[in-house]
Amino acid sequence: MEPMAIADCLRAQFPGEILHTQTFQGQTAVLIRPGRVVEILRWLRDTPDLRMNHLRSLCGVDNARRKDTSVSPFEVVYHLTSIPLRHEIRIRAQVAGEDPCIDSVVGLWTGANWLERETYDLMGIRFNGHPDLRRILLPEDWQGHPLRKEYPLKGREEWAGMTELLDRVKELDRFGFDPAAHPRPQVGPKPEKQP
Amino acid sequence: MTASIKQTLECPVAEGEGEHYSLRMGPQHPATHGVLRVDLELDGETIIECTPQVGYLHRGFEKLAENRTYSQALILTDRLDYIAAMANNVGYCLAVERLLAISVPRRAQYIRTIVCEMSRLASHLLWLATHALDIGAMTVFLYCFREREILLDLFEELCGARLTFSYPRIGGVRQDVTTAFVDELQRFLYIFPSKIAEYETLIDTNRIWLKRTVGVGVVSGEEALSLGLTGACLRASGVDYDLRKHQPYDAYDQVEFEVPLGSDGDIYARYRCRMEEMHQSVRIIQQCLDQLPPGPIIGPDAPDLLMPNKASARMEADSSRYGTGLIRLIRDRNCYLEGEIYVATEVPKGELGFYFISDGSSRPYRMHIRSPSFIHIGALAAIAKGEMVADLIANIGSLDVVLGESDR
Repeated sequence: MEPMAIADCLRAQFPGEILHTQTFQGQTAVLIRPGRVVEILRWLRDTPDLRMNHLRSLCGVDNARRKDTSVSPFEVVYHLTSIPLRHEIRIRAQVAGEDPCIDSVVGLWTGANWLERETYDLMGIRFNGHPDLRRILLPEDWQGHPLRKEYPLKGREEWAGMTELLDRVKELDRFGFDPAAHPRPQVGPKPEKQP
Repeated sequence: MTASIKQTLECPVAEGEGEHYSLRMGPQHPATHGVLRVDLELDGETIIECTPQVGYLHRGFEKLAENRTYSQALILTDRLDYIAAMANNVGYCLAVERLLAISVPRRAQYIRTIVCEMSRLASHLLWLATHALDIGAMTVFLYCFREREILLDLFEELCGARLTFSYPRIGGVRQDVTTAFVDELQRFLYIFPSKIAEYETLIDTNRIWLKRTVGVGVVSGEEALSLGLTGACLRASGVDYDLRKHQPYDAYDQVEFEVPLGSDGDIYARYRCRMEEMHQSVRIIQQCLDQLPPGPIIGPDAPDLLMPNKASARMEADSSRYGTGLIRLIRDRNCYLEGEIYVATEVPKGELGFYFISDGSSRPYRMHIRSPSFIHIGALAAIAKGEMVADLIANIGSLDVVLGESDR
């Protein structure tokens, strides 16, 4: 099915939820309200004409530095494709700026588990109903979410875990390995045989 | 007999009582293929709970790419899946070309298809070598590396690098293939099918190999789709999804090849799928070499790029403006379109997708990498649950993960 036709189907099925559709280089994106996102994705997956059974990717977008100021502060973008019918669509769900959160789709695709954890870790968007929402790529005690636009490219200070580790190394150095206490035979050229 | 051994031997085993304990495997375990850590909850040797931990190799590529021009970010993709860096480069270039509407000459498309398939061979050879080594078939390891060496030499002949190539460019490739390269590649294609037969003789009907792989780590088709598996792992479960056929890119619509499918979804099926894929790769490369059209290797509208033949003229023009020795990259050119694109390619590990948002400037507003290894490791918990701890090694090997790609 053509991507625009899929967008029209969506609009007919969920009239209040679709904000607008956009086509660029043959790919169509549908911007939706976040409230019924699980319902919309479930409908896309289970409708016999669409059968979008493969969640290709899921990621968050920070719109803080967009030229167009009418967009929502955050977005969660889902790429869906249908393996038997060979069509695809992009769903962009708006997310509010204060405490960004959206419903989890782990119930639809188990594989979304790690993708949502990644989005939470790097973008700071929480997923309601996620079974295990923890940081995944960064350490548990990391400050901030790196993919947000306000996060600096170069950090100002060392991660606390690293300074702890360095202190520990220094501490252990006091009882450290003293080469003089453990003499080793020096490796060198073999002594020449006396004739 | 010492007292402690005697005590151990005489220690009664309580009936019906489990032996629960936790085990941390990795990140320095040789069979985890990099820095993967798996936290295991075991009952004897049976896995109750398996929690993979990634992130040891996180370098923040998505953030870095937002601060670089499109052609500068190309080198980051080398460091994703360093076993098959060429395939990542091509995937990145394709995505940027589609985003910025840049055309690619036909010769460059064919060369890219050749190098993509060569990197598939290189990746599958390394996978077979290490996977077999993990399970205990030592001999295969050196056999595979023998052929992989020829491929790496060929890459070196082509672009001067053996690991991080950055050979494809946005709008084409960096330099043309030489006659020596084509001849050597032809010789390799001639001998390689017999080498695949050699590996198969070693392990295909080996009783130990079969016991370790058949019926282990079974994933059904629906389960694989739900977990997001792609590539050979998905096809071994019987789902026909190969982006080279689904959304052909470069010269894949010009060549004939089959997509090998499995049905059982176990480790053996994944092994068979990849072995068949190697045969198909040989076929694709052979057809590309036969059809290789003459012509330019880089399009006229390729941005941010200096070709060796144009470099002297550009350097002169730039040096008059900025001083000698400075090659200015075109940073302020207004050829960038505003929009968003998701382009995926079939790399050896699975579906590698690049999602770009462009706001019209020369740097991507947002770049997201959908890396197959990340999703495959995420699926490990579901696949390994309830199996033996020894089979976890076999499962990690058969999923074919590279941590550089997973952690980005």
